[in-house]
Amino acid sequence: MEWEVVIGLETHTQLQTVSKIFSGASVKYGAEPNTQACEVSLALPGVLPVLNKQAVECAIKFGLAINAEIAPRSVFARKNYFYPDLPKGYQISQFELPVVGKGAITIQVPAAGKQDAYEKVVNITRAHLEEDAGKSVHGAVEGMSGIDLNRAGTPLLEIVTEPDMRSAAEAVAYAKKLHELVQWIGICDGNMQEGSFRCDVNVSVRPKGSDKLGTRREIKNLNSFKFMTQAIEYETRWQIETLEDGGKIQQATVLFNPDTGETRAMRSKEEANDYRYFPDPDLLPLVITEQDKARVQANMPELPAAMKARLEAQFALSSYDASSLTASRDLADYFMAAIDAGAEPKQTANWVMGSLSAKLNSEDKDLSSSPISAQQLAQLLKRISDGTISNNAAKQVFEAMWLGEGEVDSIIAAKGLKQESDSGAIEAIIDEVLAANAAMVEEFKAGKEKAFNALVGQAMKASKGKANPAQVNDILKKKLQA
Amino acid sequence: MANSELTNGSLKAYAQLLQSKQISSLELTQAFLQRIKQYNPSINAYIALDEDKTLAQARAADARIAAGSAAPLTGIPIAQKDIFCAKGWPTTCGSKMLANFVAPYDAHVISQFDAAGAVNLGKTNMDEFAMGSSNETSYFGGVKNPWSFDRVPGGSSGGSAAAVAARLCAAATGTDTGGSIRQPASLCGFTGLKPTYGVVSRFGMIAFASSLDQAGPMAKSAEDCALMMNVMAGFDERDSTSLDRAKEDYCRDLNKPLAGLKIGLPKEFFAEGLSAEVGQVIENAIAEYKKLGAEIVNISLPNTGLSIPVYYVLAPAEASSNLSRYDGVRYGHRAAEYTDLMDMYCKSRAEGFGAEVKRRILIGTYVLSAGYYDAYYLKAQQIRRLIAQDFVEAFKQCDVIMGPAAPSTAFKAGEKVDDPVAMYLQDIYTISTNLAGLPGMSVPAGFASSQDGPALPVGLQIIGNYFDEARMLNVAHQYQQVTDWHTLAPNLPEGKA
Repeated sequence: MEWEVVIGLETHTQLQTVSKIFSGASVKYGAEPNTQACEVSLALPGVLPVLNKQAVECAIKFGLAINAEIAPRSVFARKNYFYPDLPKGYQISQFELPVVGKGAITIQVPAAGKQDAYEKVVNITRAHLEEDAGKSVHGAVEGMSGIDLNRAGTPLLEIVTEPDMRSAAEAVAYAKKLHELVQWIGICDGNMQEGSFRCDVNVSVRPKGSDKLGTRREIKNLNSFKFMTQAIEYETRWQIETLEDGGKIQQATVLFNPDTGETRAMRSKEEANDYRYFPDPDLLPLVITEQDKARVQANMPELPAAMKARLEAQFALSSYDASSLTASRDLADYFMAAIDAGAEPKQTANWVMGSLSAKLNSEDKDLSSSPISAQQLAQLLKRISDGTISNNAAKQVFEAMWLGEGEVDSIIAAKGLKQESDSGAIEAIIDEVLAANAAMVEEFKAGKEKAFNALVGQAMKASKGKANPAQVNDILKKKLQA
Repeated sequence: MANSELTNGSLKAYAQLLQSKQISSLELTQAFLQRIKQYNPSINAYIALDEDKTLAQARAADARIAAGSAAPLTGIPIAQKDIFCAKGWPTTCGSKMLANFVAPYDAHVISQFDAAGAVNLGKTNMDEFAMGSSNETSYFGGVKNPWSFDRVPGGSSGGSAAAVAARLCAAATGTDTGGSIRQPASLCGFTGLKPTYGVVSRFGMIAFASSLDQAGPMAKSAEDCALMMNVMAGFDERDSTSLDRAKEDYCRDLNKPLAGLKIGLPKEFFAEGLSAEVGQVIENAIAEYKKLGAEIVNISLPNTGLSIPVYYVLAPAEASSNLSRYDGVRYGHRAAEYTDLMDMYCKSRAEGFGAEVKRRILIGTYVLSAGYYDAYYLKAQQIRRLIAQDFVEAFKQCDVIMGPAAPSTAFKAGEKVDDPVAMYLQDIYTISTNLAGLPGMSVPAGFASSQDGPALPVGLQIIGNYFDEARMLNVAHQYQQVTDWHTLAPNLPEGKA
């Protein structure tokens, strides 16, 4: 039998706010345990939650970015359960009425094997605001478990998809697209290592052609795309094998073990809590007006799809170039900064996606930590355009700048890379070359085009690479035709 | 001035004495502390006293008065219900669960009194987590009704009630979720006001049922309550349900005449369940209002009978969640020995909570459970709106609503502890205003004799429309200008000299 895997994602994105979702405590990562736990984070008797307006703006931004319904009235609810890292004994979340309703995200699934690259629309069911829990710390004190409540109350937007994905590749393409989008609109720093972007993946399988959903298992807390691929592939194989062996899938929550590459059931749904959701009486319903939306809209950055279209129209870039440049906010910002500094668009696109990206990749660096700024790159490209240096020399300058050897012009001077553009001097060199290579001249005149390139090569060599190649071409052509 | 006279003054009189420097706050405070030493061991109104802290505040108040920057309550000693977090004070909410908890921050109400220069005399006893109508669920023992020591003072603000009645404070704070200010005010014979929901910030007030809890003053007269409200009320951004309204002077209408006032009498408040003696006292009070020029309108609040069942779904539902934080992990009681996490939770909560609190946690957990939520919690919310709608209709016909605050006078300690439903019926006339979010008050209106004991105080309940506290205080104050029930204080049996 041929099987089909059905995948839906729930993603917890930590919102980039200054303070927690229901208190003024800082959300900075990595502080000493419990130094960012105020009375509210500790759930002392008598404390009350006050909603962080910045978190609401983040939710509105996301809703606008995916063209979703934004609820004019949504409700915070209490999800009740006991756990040591949950100080109130309930989590404030949204249940029946979430802030963001149905929307959609278009993903690009890369080519693989015989499959060409393709686009697909993933439907978003909802996104809701909620608070994060703290962390249990084991082993810090011998024989004891500790609780760190620094993270308790950190604002999260949980984004839930329809079961629209049909492969690990689609799920990862969606997760990557979402990862870029939330960073693009500035609501999440996207740091997966620090837990700012965590995915729970619901996986089920069914006979291909069936329209009934199989029983799902939920893989919790995947914090890298690589693990997500491995986990989904393992889980899919496991479910198919189980069914083919005549077994049944039990609804369950599973964890992925990166060391073994396997998924393992954590708890079955029969043992699941009854969370006793009810509207939180400490918080008023969240009301979002058309004016609120308009105000957030006015501060929205241009979205990737719109920017891609603009780059194609404004700078005559290819669809491929425009798509690549808008794959991340950092990349797009870098590109635009270089353009603003006077660089030529197509050339900039080539360099950003060529030399710069390659260098960043090889050193495992982000654009944000690039040793060469957009302005420096623009200066370098200008020196190519104005004939000061050749493309080859530019590569040497690039390497030197990468190593921090200085600014474009000082490196050109220090390395003597300025090309010869004095036509008198170039003529003199060419005359010498023609005199010394009479045989080649004859070959050219006899119709051998290749001989021309050889003569250019000789001239460049004679100038120690400094002659402006375009001028060499022009002068040589004139002399040969004379 | 004799000690007993000094502790029997009005807030206005204290303010005059203090600001004209006829007495110092230190003297006044010491007079109350002396009286507390004498009577508290038998009455048990206070469960935390800290003379050093209290006297330091009195000295600071004297300095403020000397500097000429006194506010109306500067230097006046106030008792605080132990439901309010007060920095450096034990804050127990009447529970073993919090017996060892010292608050590291101030509730809004506490900081308002501090800013006014009032003196905190101590923390008063209360039913555990404000769950009770007799103060008998307190981990720290019951409180005696100063009018008759074999009787309960009512609850849950029983300690504050006894402290006001026995003149162990100039005035006190209370909280009212279903009647916890008004029922004890009725049973102990003083004036108590539960404001409109959202008028006094709940920040730092330990939650019982968040959508119903409201703090208010407990004092000797309507005028005293108005002065207390001027300190307690006001917007606080730390409570999302606090209402952002302009600050008002609750004394502004006290002296308005009542001619033409329309008083609504709901027939449901004078039906079966009301003691005949209490009913008579209320009728006498209504007759007094007629003399003052008020008109009587007969009205109906048809859903009144549903208020107790609705309340005992919604309040426990919220409480079951509000009390989840008491888990023994971060503060409060933790069992001495346990085998694992679940065992620690179970033992700590089993040991830390009393029977009534456990009963309500169980009810609340049940009504919120999957499969029961719609039938109980949602249905109760729907009826809650009907009850509120009853009042909207009623206030189209009248300015204020009157009736009894409690169905009987103070009952004997132990009489109802084994019959929770009988205890719950104590709040039959008060609960509907909490469900509707309306303000209500209880005003001393006379005494009803009982078969097996002395005549005991009866409170007249006045219910106003939303934000109509100033008018209610006016209505009560005018009554107190022509009656002297509110001036009567119990003769206390010899205390520890």
